[in-house]
Amino acid sequence: MTDSKEIQVKEKQAADTPAEHTRTGLLFAPAVDIFETERDITVLADMPGVAANDIKIDIEDNVLTISGEIKPWEEAGEVDVLVEFNVGNYYRKFTLSDVIDQSGIQAKHENGVLRLSLPKAAKAVPRKISISAG
Amino acid sequence: MWSDKFGNAAVPGWMSSLSELERMKLEMNRLTDALFGRTSWQRRSAGVFPAINLTEDTDNFYARAEIPGIAASDIDLQIVGKNLSISGERKIPSEGENVRYHRREREAGKFSRVIALPGDVNPEKINAKITNGVLTVTIAKSETAKPRQIKVQ
Repeated sequence: MTDSKEIQVKEKQAADTPAEHTRTGLLFAPAVDIFETERDITVLADMPGVAANDIKIDIEDNVLTISGEIKPWEEAGEVDVLVEFNVGNYYRKFTLSDVIDQSGIQAKHENGVLRLSLPKAAKAVPRKISISAG
Repeated sequence: MWSDKFGNAAVPGWMSSLSELERMKLEMNRLTDALFGRTSWQRRSAGVFPAINLTEDTDNFYARAEIPGIAASDIDLQIVGKNLSISGERKIPSEGENVRYHRREREAGKFSRVIALPGDVNPEKINAKITNGVLTVTIAKSETAKPRQIKVQ
């Protein structure tokens, strides 16, 4: 066995949408990692093929919505020989358990991965309570 | 009674009944797919990362793969004859010790794949780039593999 495991190919997951979408085309749920520290929540989402300015991030009532739009990348005149994956837009929604300080949200996009840093609002940061001896 | 999904009544005759059979067959396939949890847009995969879409035009083959989070320096491309091999490693750096995960769906690991191109290629003219996590390899066809227009005298 090698020192690192082999990566497995995963079928892209169709996104669950609350409403029927009116635009044609496929909609996928990006694979994500979500983790939190005491101060912030970080979301990493794989959205290959989406340019930075085609990503939309929206927070409303603690619901985070990420969507990304794909621009066709094939040149005119190309004919399919082999198709193993489908290309489509990305959409995913999360309910956040903590209150987010909207002014401090940071987003970065590198190599098709979105990194979203959501700082918790002051009241959601855990406070250590000291007990003084009476 | 017979009408297609656009609301046009079919013209009676054997032609229309044949297409009606064809339509029913498609509908049956769609129903069995739904029954087994498949959706009709899913394609057959080779089961090896990365999944590749291959297209061609008159001059080139284009192999494309979605490889989010993989830097150009972590990928190795080789061509031997008609075989294009793609290998590398996807690294997901540790986020520190004090983090608690809610979701962990993104996978890290090594990969190695070879794909046979359907025609002869010119190994001198290959060009690869990564844009927003999509790898595009453009491979020029060799002169013998290019379609040639034949003039009828």
